[in-house]
Amino acid sequence: MTDIPALRLQDIVKTFPGVRALDGVSFQVMPGEVHALLGENGAGKSTLMKVLGGIHQPDEGKIFIAEQPAIMKSPLDAKSKGVVFIHQELSLADELSAAENIYLGELPRKSFGRVDWKTLYEKSDAILARLKCSFDSRKLVGDLSIANKQMVEIARALTVDAKAVIFDEPTASLTDAEKVVLFDVINDLRSDGVGVVYISHRMDEIFTISDKISVLRDGSYRGSLVTADTDEDEVTKLMIGRSLDSENPIVPAKKGPIALEVQGLSCGDLFQNVSFKVHEGEVVGFYGLVGAGRTEIAETLFGLRAPSAGKILLEGKEVKIASPIEAIGHGISLVPEDRKGQGLVLGMNCKDNMTLPQISDLTAGPFVSDGAEVAIFDQYRDRLQIKTPGWRQKVGNLSGGNQQKIVIGKWLSMAPKVLIVDEPTRGIDVGSKAEIHNLIRDLASQGYAVIVISSEMPEVLRVSDRVVAMFHGEIIREFTSDEVNEDNLVQAISGIRTTKVA
Amino acid sequence: MAETRAKTIGQFLARQGILVAFVLFMIGFALANGRFLGIDNIMGVVRSSAILGVIALGVTFVVISGNLDLSVGSMMSFSTIVVLDLHDKIGPALAIPAMFAMTMALGALIGFLVGYLKLNSLIVTLGMLSAIHGLTLTYSGGKNMDIDDKAGTWFSFFGQDSVLGIPVPILVIALLAVLLSLLLSRTPFGRKVYAVGGNGVAATFSGIPRARVVFMCYLISAFCVAVAGLLQASRSLGSQNTVGQGTELDVLAAVILGGASLLGGSGTIFKTVIGVLILGFIQNGLLLVGLAFYVQYVVTWVIIILAVWLDIAAKRGRLLSPIA
Amino acid sequence: MKPYLKQSAIWGFVVLELIFFSVAGEFLSLSDKAFMDLDNMLLLFKQSAPIGIIALGMTVVMINGNIDLSVGAIFALCAIIMLDSMKWPIFAGLGDWVILVGWLLALLSGMVLGLINGLIVWKTGVDAFIVTLGSMLGYRGLVFMYNGENPTSNLNWTMVDIAEADILGIETPTIVFVICTILVWLLMTRTVHGRNAYAIGDNREAAVNAGIRVGPHMVWNFVLIGFLAALSAVVFYSASGSVNPNDGTLYELWVITAVVLGGTKLTGGSGSVIATFGGVIAIQLLRKGLGHIGADTAMVNLVIGLILIAVLFLDRQLNRKGKEELRT
Repeated sequence: MTDIPALRLQDIVKTFPGVRALDGVSFQVMPGEVHALLGENGAGKSTLMKVLGGIHQPDEGKIFIAEQPAIMKSPLDAKSKGVVFIHQELSLADELSAAENIYLGELPRKSFGRVDWKTLYEKSDAILARLKCSFDSRKLVGDLSIANKQMVEIARALTVDAKAVIFDEPTASLTDAEKVVLFDVINDLRSDGVGVVYISHRMDEIFTISDKISVLRDGSYRGSLVTADTDEDEVTKLMIGRSLDSENPIVPAKKGPIALEVQGLSCGDLFQNVSFKVHEGEVVGFYGLVGAGRTEIAETLFGLRAPSAGKILLEGKEVKIASPIEAIGHGISLVPEDRKGQGLVLGMNCKDNMTLPQISDLTAGPFVSDGAEVAIFDQYRDRLQIKTPGWRQKVGNLSGGNQQKIVIGKWLSMAPKVLIVDEPTRGIDVGSKAEIHNLIRDLASQGYAVIVISSEMPEVLRVSDRVVAMFHGEIIREFTSDEVNEDNLVQAISGIRTTKVA
Repeated sequence: MAETRAKTIGQFLARQGILVAFVLFMIGFALANGRFLGIDNIMGVVRSSAILGVIALGVTFVVISGNLDLSVGSMMSFSTIVVLDLHDKIGPALAIPAMFAMTMALGALIGFLVGYLKLNSLIVTLGMLSAIHGLTLTYSGGKNMDIDDKAGTWFSFFGQDSVLGIPVPILVIALLAVLLSLLLSRTPFGRKVYAVGGNGVAATFSGIPRARVVFMCYLISAFCVAVAGLLQASRSLGSQNTVGQGTELDVLAAVILGGASLLGGSGTIFKTVIGVLILGFIQNGLLLVGLAFYVQYVVTWVIIILAVWLDIAAKRGRLLSPIA
Repeated sequence: MKPYLKQSAIWGFVVLELIFFSVAGEFLSLSDKAFMDLDNMLLLFKQSAPIGIIALGMTVVMINGNIDLSVGAIFALCAIIMLDSMKWPIFAGLGDWVILVGWLLALLSGMVLGLINGLIVWKTGVDAFIVTLGSMLGYRGLVFMYNGENPTSNLNWTMVDIAEADILGIETPTIVFVICTILVWLLMTRTVHGRNAYAIGDNREAAVNAGIRVGPHMVWNFVLIGFLAALSAVVFYSASGSVNPNDGTLYELWVITAVVLGGTKLTGGSGSVIATFGGVIAIQLLRKGLGHIGADTAMVNLVIGLILIAVLFLDRQLNRKGKEELRT
C-alpha cells in the first residue's frame, strides 16, 4: 500500500442561498481503507457527496484523485475518473434485466449495434457471483426484491476499475444476511486497494466495517478517529457536539387532559396494535428508524390511510377519520415529512400557501378576502419570525427553515387541538433548527398536544416530554423524559426489548 | 450596470415575450394593411374567435388543474347536433337547457374518470373524443342537421344578432371571460384549482378535495363547450357531424400560447384570451396581406415553440437544454 | 413475467373478438360469408398497415418517454412529396425509375421532419407533446402550402402494380407492415439503442448519469417515427395515387389508441412492439367485426373509445397496492 490517498478533498466550500452547506471540509481516504463518514441529517454529508459526484460544483477547494487534481463535471465524469457511487435511492429501469442495468450506458456491442448478450450475461453473472447473489442476471429488475435491487446497484459500481467507492446508507433495505455479504464485498474492495467511503447512521455497522471515522457537523469537518481506538461515546460526542449540553433542559409541561388516545391501531403491514396517549400541553416524541411505521401512524391519524383495526379517540370520544378534511374538522393538523412534496405548493406565494386549508372560510361575499388572508399571514410571520420580503414571495424562493415555518404557520392558523410534526427540521440549517425546537416547546406550554416524529435522536431528546420508540411497526417502549437516554433509545429502536416497560 | 440592464431586458422579453411578439405582429400588419386595426376588422376577429375562445376558457381550468381535455372538439359537435335536432322537436326554449344538461353529463363522466378514479386524462379524453364522436354520429344517424324554419326562429339570436351594436358572441365571450376570471382568480375554488395543479399531493395534505376540484374543472369545461355549441348552432342553424373536429388541438395551442403550463398550476383566463386573440389576429392579418389561411398554421407552430421555449429558458437561466 | 402477461392480454382480447364476431356474425350478419374467412383476414392486415406502421414508431417514441402528435401531418406531406416529385421535370428521363426516386424523397422528407421535431425537443427542452402539437399544425400548413386545398394526384400504373402485388395472396402493405414489425421488434429487444430507449423512458436522470447520450438518442427515435410515417404514406399512396390535404388528420389519435391498447405506458419505460401489433389488429378487427354484424362507423368510434378507457381502468386496478395505499 502506498502513502498516496485514493481520494482527497481540500477545503471544500459550497454555499446555497441562505445556507453555507459546506464550510471548508477536508477529508481523505487511503487505498485499502474503509473510511466511515458520519453526521446528522443536514450536517453536509449529502452535499459533500454531490460535490464529489459532479452534481454540484464547489465554490472553493480542490478534489484530488491519487493526488492528481480533478474536476468532476458530471456523475459520469466522476465514474470515468474512478469515483463510483452507490446511492441510497434506487435508479434502475424495471423493464430491463439485471445485467442490462448493471452495464447501463456501457452495454457490450456486436455488429449493427446489437447487444452482445453472451458477454453481457457472463460478465454480469460473474459480478453477481462475487456479490454472492443467487439470482440470474437475465431476470427483470422489476421482478427482484428491494434488497436484490440494491445488490444490482452495488454491482454497477464493480464494473469499472474504481479508485474510490462511496456507499451512501447502503444497508437501509438489506436483511442481516445480506449485510454480511455486503461487508464481504467491502472487505474485498479493501484488499484490492480501493478506497471506500461508507456513510451511515448505524454505529454497529460503522464499528464493524470501518478503519477510520470522520465526522461532519453543521457543514464543517469535526475530526477523524481511528476506529480501533475509539468508542461510540466519543463518536457521538463529536457528532452532536457540545451545543446539546448547553441547551436549556426542557421545562416539564403542565399536563392537561388527554387530547388524543389511540387504542390498538393497525394498518396492514405498516404498523400493528399501536396504543398511546397525548395530553394537552405535552410533546410526545416518536423515534425509530426509517420504515418503522411512525410516518404511517401520522398519515392514518390525518385520514390519509385507512386503519385495518383499532380506535382513535379525541377528548375521549371515538372518531372515524376518512380524509384530511375530516381530520382538520376534528382539530388535527399534520406538518408532513416531505416539505416540498407534501407540505407546500412551491409555485404559489407565501400567503396563499399559508391560508390554503382554510381558504373557503376567508371570504367576503363569494370572493377571497385579501385583507383576512394578509392578516393571518402577518400574524404568523411575526409570531414565527419568518424571513421573507413579503407575502408575494414565491415559497420556492425561501430557505428551508423559512419554508418549514410557512408550513407550521399554515397549521397553527387552523388552531389545532393536536399538532403532528413529522421530521420538523429535515434539511434545515442549525440556527433555524433551534428556533423550531423552541417553537415546539412554546406550543406545548400554550396547551397544544404535540406529536413530534424524528429520526434525529438529539431532536427527540430535546423537545419531548415522553418518547415512544418504534421498531418494525410496533411500539417497543415508552420513556418519560427522566428515563430516556441515548443508550436505551438506541437499544429500543434496534428491536431490543427490555423488561422494564413503562 | 449595462450587463444587469441587458439581463433585465432579457428576462422581461422571456416573461412577456408573447405580448411583445403580439404587439410587433399587430404593428407589422397595421403597416401592411390600413384596415387591420379598423374597428370593424377587430370586431370581426373577436367574433370569429369567439367559439374557439369560449372553449379555451373552460380548458384553461382543466389545464391549470394539471390535466388535459382532448374531447372538447367532439363534445362541441355533439352539443351542436343535439341542440339543432331538439330545436325542431321540443322548441328552442327547452332544447337549450336539455343540450346543456347532456353536454355537462359528458363532462361529469370525464370528471369522474379523471378526478375520482384518477385515470390519465390524456387517454381518458382521447377515448372520449372517439366515443363522443360515435355518440354524435349515432344520434344524428350520420345525417347533417338543419332547422326547418330558419327565418322564423329566435334561436339565431346568439350567433347572428347584435346588442347595442356589439355582436352577441362577443358579448357572450366577454361576459364569460369576466365571470370565469373572477372565479379563477378571486374565489376559494380558483385557489384550489391552482393548488391541485401546482402540487396535488400538497393540496390533499392541506385538506383540499382534489378529486372534486378536478371534477368541477371538467364540468366547467363542458359548460363552456355547451356555450360554444350553442353559438355555433345559432350561427349556422344547420351543421355537419364533423363541425368541431380538431378544435381540441387549436384550443390547446391557444391555452399554451397564453402561457399555461401543461404540468398544471399556472395560467390565467386573461392570458388565455390573449392566446386566442393572437391566433385570431395572425389568421386575420395573414389573410389581409393576401396569404392563405394555412400560412397561419406554420406561423402558429413557430410562435408556440418560441413562446414555450423562452418561458423554459428564462426559468432554467440558459437558452439551450443542458441535456447531452 | 409481467410483460409477457401484458403482451398476451392484447392477444387474448384479439381472440375474444374473433370468437365474438364469428358467433355473432352467424346471427346478425347480412352476408353469408364467415367472419374468419381467409380473404377477410388478409384484407384486415392490409387495412391495418397504414396506421400500424406508424404505431410501431410511436411505440418506440413512447417507450422513450416522448410522444409525437405530428405523424398525421408528416404522413400527408410525404405523400404529396412522393406523388408530386415524380412529375418534376428534372426526373423526366428516368422512366419508371422515377418511382424509386419519389419513394426515396418521401422517406427522406419523413426523416427530416422527424429530425426537426427531435432537434427541437432536445435543444429547447420543451416537452415533446407541445413541440409535436406545434409541428402538427406547422407541417399541416406546409401540406396546404404545397398545393392549396386541391388534391395532389399522380396515378402511375407500374407503381400501383407494385403496391398491389402479392406473394401467396399476401399483398405489399401487409408484407411491409410485418417486416417493419419484426425489424422494430429486433431494434427494441436486441440492440443497444433499443435497450437504452427503455432505460431513458424509465428514469431519464439515471440514464444520463450512466452516460447515455439522451439527446441524440431521442432525436434518432423521432427520425425513426418520421421515416415510418413516410413509409406508411409510400405504401398507401402508391396504390391510391391521390392525396387530399386533409388526409392523415386524426391519425395521431388512432395511432396512440392502438399503442396504448397494446399496453405501452404514456410515462415511458414500458411497452412492447409485438403488443402494439396486437393493438393495431385488435382495433381493425373491431372495425371490421362491428361492420360485419351490421354496426356503423359511429358504433366503432364509440366502442373503441370506451375500450380504451376500460383498459386504462383495468390496468390501474391490477396495479393497485391495496387498501393500505396512501389516499392522495
